[in-house]
Amino acid sequence: MVPLNWYLVLAAFIFSCGLYAALARRNAIAALMGIELMLNAVNINLVAFWRYGEFVERLEGQVFALFVIAVAAAEVAVGLALIISVYRSRRTVNLDELDLLQG
Amino acid sequence: MPGLDALPFPLPTVQQVIFILIAGMTVTGALITALAPNLFHNALGLVLAFFGVAGVYVLLEAEFLAVSQVLIYVGAIATLITFAIMLTRGMMFGRTSSTNRLMLSTAIISALFFLVLTGLLVNVAWPEIGAELAGSEQMIADLGEMFVTTYLVPFELMALLLLAALAGAILLARD
Amino acid sequence: MAIDYLPLLIVLIVAALFAAIALVVPALLGPHRANKQKLEPYESGIIPFSDARRRFPVKFYLVAMLFILFDIEVIFLYPWAGVLRDLRDNYSIWLALAPMGFFLFVLIVGLLYEWKKGALDWK
Repeated sequence: MVPLNWYLVLAAFIFSCGLYAALARRNAIAALMGIELMLNAVNINLVAFWRYGEFVERLEGQVFALFVIAVAAAEVAVGLALIISVYRSRRTVNLDELDLLQG
Repeated sequence: MPGLDALPFPLPTVQQVIFILIAGMTVTGALITALAPNLFHNALGLVLAFFGVAGVYVLLEAEFLAVSQVLIYVGAIATLITFAIMLTRGMMFGRTSSTNRLMLSTAIISALFFLVLTGLLVNVAWPEIGAELAGSEQMIADLGEMFVTTYLVPFELMALLLLAALAGAILLARD
Repeated sequence: MAIDYLPLLIVLIVAALFAAIALVVPALLGPHRANKQKLEPYESGIIPFSDARRRFPVKFYLVAMLFILFDIEVIFLYPWAGVLRDLRDNYSIWLALAPMGFFLFVLIVGLLYEWKKGALDWK
C-alpha cells in the first residue's frame, strides 16, 4: 500500500497552490478556484485519515468529505453569482478595484 | 534481474506507481490553476486537478466519493466556473498582470507553508497500512444509513443550505 | 479493491496518448500553407460578422445552477436508495421515507422558486 504521508504531502501541496491562487491572483474567479483547491486538499486529508485510521468501519471521514463537497458546491454557486453581479455593476472582476468598503 | 536489489530505496509497488502517476496529474492541474495567467487555462487545470483527486479517492478505496467528486466537481462546479468566466470576461484579457502586489510575499508564504508541513509530515511515524474494508456495496449502504440516522440533522440542513444558495444565486445573477 | 480500477486508468492513459498523438503528429507532418481565407474562423461558409469572445447570456449560469442542485440531490439519493429496504426492516417505513421526503421537498421548493422567477423561460 501507499504510505499515508504520501497522501498528506500531496494534500499539502494542493493546499499551498490553492493558498497562493486565493491570495495572489487579481481575478476574483481565480481566487475562488484557489479556495476550491484548498477544499479538495482538506477532503484528501479527511479520506486518507479515515482509510489509515483505527476505525475503518466507521465512515465519518467519508460523510464529512461528502458534506464538504456539497457545501463547496453551494459556496461556488453563490460566490460566482456575486462575482457576476459585481461585474454587472462595476464592469470589473479585479479584486484590487473592489475597494468601496475600504476606509 | 541483477542489480535491482542494490538500489538505495525499495522498488515501488504497482499501487505506488499508480499513486505517483495520479499525484503528478493532480500536481500539474493545481500548478496550472495557481500559476497560468490565462483564466481559461486555470479552469482546465482545475478540471485536471479534480480528476486527479477523484483518482486519489479510488486509491483510498472510497469509490463512492470518487464518483461524487467526478459528478459534482468535474461535472457541475467546473462547468459553473467556465460559464462564469464566459459571463465576465471581455476587458480583463492581457491588459494587466494576473497577480496583485502581494504576489511575491504570498508565493514565499505558500512555499514555506508547504515545506514546513512536509518536513513535519515525513517525520511522524504514520501507519503504513490501513485495515481491511468490508467492500464497497456495504460501505455505500452504511453511508445511506448514516445520512438518515446519525447525521440526519446535517443532512436536512444541507437541503436548506442548497435551497438558500439557489435562491440567493438566482436573485444575484438574474438580469 | 483499488486495483480493480486499473483498466479504467489504462483507458484514461490511452485516451490521453491518443489525443496527444492526434494533435502532435499532424502539426509535425502536415503542410503549412496558410492564407487569409484559411485562417478565418469557420462558420459554415458565412463570413464571420462578430468576435466569438463576447459575453454569454446569464441564462446559461442559471441552468448550470439548477444542474448543481440536482446533481447533489442524486449523490445523496443513491446510497439512501441502496439501503431503503434495510431501513424499513430494521427501523420503520417512516424512518426510511421521511428524511429523504423532507430533503426532496426542500429541493423541489427550490426548483419551483426558480421556475416562478422565470429563470427557466428561454427568452
